[in-house]
Amino acid sequence: MVNLVINSKHISVKEGSTILEAATENGIQIPTLCYLKDINEIGACRICVVEIKGIDRLVAACNTPVEEDMVVYTHSPRVMTARKVTLELILAEHNYTCPTCTRSGNCELQSLSEEFGLTAETFKKRIVKMDWDENFPLIRDNEKCIKCMRCIQVCDKVQSLSVWDIAGTGTWTTVNVANGKDIKKANCAICGQCITNCPVGALQARHDKESVYQALSDNNKVKVVSVAPAVRAAWGEQLGLEPEEATMQKMGEALRQVGFDYVFDTNFSADLTIMEEGSEFLDRLANKNKNKFPMFTSCCPGWVRFLKSQYPDMVPQLSTAKSPQQMFGAITKSYFAEKIGRDPKDIVLVSVMPCVAKKMECSYETMKDEQRGQDVDFVLTTREFVKMVKAANINVKELEDKPLDDPLCAGTGAAVIFGATGGVMEAALRSAYFLATGKNPDADAFKAVRGYHDGWNEAEFDIEGTKVRCAVASGLGNARKLIQAIRAGEVKYDFVEVMACPGGCVGGGGQPIHLHHNKMYEVRGERLRKLDYTNPIRFSHENPQIKTLYSEFLGEPLSEKAHHLLHTDHNGWSMK
Amino acid sequence: MARQKIQSLTPVEETVDEIYRELGSRVNAAMTNACPIDVALGFVRLCQSQSCGKCTPCRSGLGQLATLIKRVLDGYGDMSDIDLIERTAQSIYLSADCAIGYEAANMVRLCVKGFREDFESHINQGKCSYFFNRPVPCVSRCPANVDIPGYIALAAEGRHADAVRLIRKDNPFPTACALICEHPCENNCRRQMIDDSINIRGIKRYVCDNAGVVPAPECMPSTGKKIAIIGGGPAGLTCAYFLQLMGHQTTVFEGKENLGGMLRYGIPNYRLPRERLQEDIDCILSTGVDVKLNTKIDSPEEIAKLKESYDAIFVSIGAHKDRKVGLENEDAEGVISAVDLLKAIGDDQYPDYSGKEVLVIGGGNVAMDCTRTAVRAGAKQVSVVYRRRIADMTALQEEIFGAQAEGAEILELVSPTRIEKDENGKLKGLWVKQQMIGRYKQGRPAPTDGGEKEYMIPCDILVVAIGQGIESEPFAEFGLPVQGSGKIDADDYTIIQQQPGIFSGGDCSTGPATVIRAIAAGKTAAANIDEYLGFEHLIESGVDIPPVTTYNRNHCGRVNLREREAVVRNKNFEPFEYGMTDKEALQEAKRCLRCDHFGFGCFRGGRNFKW
Repeated sequence: MVNLVINSKHISVKEGSTILEAATENGIQIPTLCYLKDINEIGACRICVVEIKGIDRLVAACNTPVEEDMVVYTHSPRVMTARKVTLELILAEHNYTCPTCTRSGNCELQSLSEEFGLTAETFKKRIVKMDWDENFPLIRDNEKCIKCMRCIQVCDKVQSLSVWDIAGTGTWTTVNVANGKDIKKANCAICGQCITNCPVGALQARHDKESVYQALSDNNKVKVVSVAPAVRAAWGEQLGLEPEEATMQKMGEALRQVGFDYVFDTNFSADLTIMEEGSEFLDRLANKNKNKFPMFTSCCPGWVRFLKSQYPDMVPQLSTAKSPQQMFGAITKSYFAEKIGRDPKDIVLVSVMPCVAKKMECSYETMKDEQRGQDVDFVLTTREFVKMVKAANINVKELEDKPLDDPLCAGTGAAVIFGATGGVMEAALRSAYFLATGKNPDADAFKAVRGYHDGWNEAEFDIEGTKVRCAVASGLGNARKLIQAIRAGEVKYDFVEVMACPGGCVGGGGQPIHLHHNKMYEVRGERLRKLDYTNPIRFSHENPQIKTLYSEFLGEPLSEKAHHLLHTDHNGWSMK
Repeated sequence: MARQKIQSLTPVEETVDEIYRELGSRVNAAMTNACPIDVALGFVRLCQSQSCGKCTPCRSGLGQLATLIKRVLDGYGDMSDIDLIERTAQSIYLSADCAIGYEAANMVRLCVKGFREDFESHINQGKCSYFFNRPVPCVSRCPANVDIPGYIALAAEGRHADAVRLIRKDNPFPTACALICEHPCENNCRRQMIDDSINIRGIKRYVCDNAGVVPAPECMPSTGKKIAIIGGGPAGLTCAYFLQLMGHQTTVFEGKENLGGMLRYGIPNYRLPRERLQEDIDCILSTGVDVKLNTKIDSPEEIAKLKESYDAIFVSIGAHKDRKVGLENEDAEGVISAVDLLKAIGDDQYPDYSGKEVLVIGGGNVAMDCTRTAVRAGAKQVSVVYRRRIADMTALQEEIFGAQAEGAEILELVSPTRIEKDENGKLKGLWVKQQMIGRYKQGRPAPTDGGEKEYMIPCDILVVAIGQGIESEPFAEFGLPVQGSGKIDADDYTIIQQQPGIFSGGDCSTGPATVIRAIAAGKTAAANIDEYLGFEHLIESGVDIPPVTTYNRNHCGRVNLREREAVVRNKNFEPFEYGMTDKEALQEAKRCLRCDHFGFGCFRGGRNFKW
């Protein structure tokens, strides 16, 4: 332990702690801006500077280790002057357009300026504009970038893709796509982790709200919306709702008020995915020598993009099953269209997703059809949905818990955990066990695959004499480690689930962003687990609407019709 | 009334003077990876502030140039701006009244010529292709990329053995380099922005002097691969060391009696004592290198045989061939090449020049080594004959000062014309002609005939130290690409394009260069041979680096190494330099600005833990 004094408070902290850590642990707040724990501790912004007795200049609290008998002042006059000037310098290179900025209200720079009580601009603005393709689902606005470098570090250290890099030198230093590439050619997975970790509005997801409003105003269309599992764990966070208040049913009511005719649940197609993917897995297992293992899940478009760009030779190992979003689109524009007797092209399908990559996925060549058009027309992030609720002045507290709409609204406990790392694997194993043995396992038999940490989870299960070796990774850096171990022959698995975002979709790049808190996936994951425990049906194959879908329309899993609608060729589109 | 006043600087002028001096050391510390256009703008603005304002081109033109360059940087420029910049610079160069204007304009002309592409990419793509990719100046400047801030921090903590381990991660010759490295690492040291560069070599010497015997790390499991290394100098032994650590079996074929190459056969004992060199070699050999001494590979057949029996070959034969000065009577008895003189010493055959007059032709470090050797061999008089000025000599300044202090005379601007021998073929003297320094040729001032009469300097021994050649003929015959100068044509990866499996590096492919460059070549070759053989073994030190503990950056002088008194040290071949005391080393180590942590270092590129 190291003993030191901060602001006349005598404290004792672990050796190797930084001044910032020591202060935080002891209830002393030091403002930060570029700091991101364990990921970006580089003393770049200089907002966290503090004074140390006996040292002539200020030091950054975020990356200066404590020393025995150090005497630290976190808010001395010298510190306050330096912090204020630095903040004013940052503001001079940030084009603040707060009223129209997507991050107003959860912008760290805005919050800091408010804390400092800045009242006037000291320095002349120096805003540098840079071009960007506004059609790409990930948008970078150089005029807002404050060069905190978090995006570079997150993409390097967490996602291992290094899409971002420093560009230029001296005063001109900024961030841009690495090696001067076009973002479309940079192998970006579009996971959006750089967006959720950006302290300001320099990185954003493409806004599709306006297109959705336009579609909603078309009286000739049937307006359908479907909500992904992970969204229900997060949508209420910035609407003043307690987690237990923010039910899927309330969200459905909000969506009806916004203007949708049918509110469906992507949990339905998550169960459908299990039927198809689980059957595919058993089929691959039965033909072991014809197939390469492990089989990879294919629900996460960020992961699919990662595998395609980083390990193209392994693409055949991806399950051919479409993601739940795209299965939902295909079923809505065939089965559902038939049910209501409408031309599929009269239906507008919007999905609400915790994800940015889904905005790209729905536009792939393989995700449209001459008869049906584009299966999913628009994708809104959870954040966009929340903004629409706010714009409609909906009093969410007063919303009623009305059921969602038939026939695509039933989802099991197995489906809802798709939104948390390990969930797809668990759900698939629950049903695979049933399909192979004819009886249900304990619903929690496969819980060993849950949870996010550095590396991956692995477990081995016995399905009637067949050993199934499974691994689950979330975060693309972890995925890379796992794949390298597989390729090096250090580990062998039959079935592998990967989600691009740490913690799975609950930590997705389209989820609400909170000031100074980037690890919401933990609590959100717990919320989904709770929904699984409390759901009376916890096996995808027991979903009554899925049973009806097969008996009335698809026949059986992997049938020709199922193949046509629910499976895809991952080589049918290219990253560039 | 007084009518004259003694000129002195006003306080304001003194401050400006101070700024200029600061600027000088800042420029010294600058790395060359900044946006060249931004640098050009800074330069033009400085020049602009120096203009006296009388003549139009300078007063008005330099300001306009700055505006135009700024426009390009701001992203508002178009292609016609480049032409306008060029035309304006040309016009100022032609018409400005004095050097303030025309020399500034000349630099701008050079800029447009030197990096027109960058102007174009700023204009067309709004992009700068430069980014800050050399965060730690000393590490970037060290060809072997030794973790300098790391070992300096270890030195400050008294962890000498760990410091040696950390150095050896990139360089298995810590002791040799501690004594004789040319220390390019110190050139851009950021400490110069405050006072003076860190004495990096001195600190390295301190840790090596105090570490005791530090065993080599354990080798990785054997791969069964065999690599032949031709030449046991710094490049070859470095390559052998790292390949052994990676689990390969190397065999070093050395033509001479002892290992060490130019470290032994080029650098005399007083600079690099044999037993100190042996410390490094012993450690390298302890990894299991197989050594074949007195085994010169000098025929294409032998090379072919090696190619057959080994999985890869590294050619590192150095540059050991003497170069003739090309004068009449060069065959006279008493004329000796630097290579032969230093080689004899390498095998402990010290010459006795008692009572003799010795002349040395040349101006490089080898010439200084020969000069100081001749002094120690008891010569009555030793003089260096050099065509240019002392200021133009390529030898390190400390070497020149050392030679002079030990009693050698340096005759500058003296060009040899012919050699005089007596009827028995014995050397009598060297005829020379006085030169005067003149106009620049190839970037340096060239000597021309001073118009005075030829005269003879009598001498008994004449040492020719005008560079070394490479004995690459057998390799050329075998089929390796060899340039006209004898250099073996390997690229920056030490790869020989036409000969997969054969690598080359060190003096034999660069021409005579520094030890640390040869070491870097050996390291590069080891990595690329490993890769060629299908492996990805990574070398790491396992040493943890102490965190930063010093934050005050007050001005503090640099500790230089003391030398033994010239009149004592010039009598023998004992080491001439003293290491730092504990107190000196601690102070010097604490001067380090820890660029591995501050600035860009803690963000990107501050440290390579493995390679």
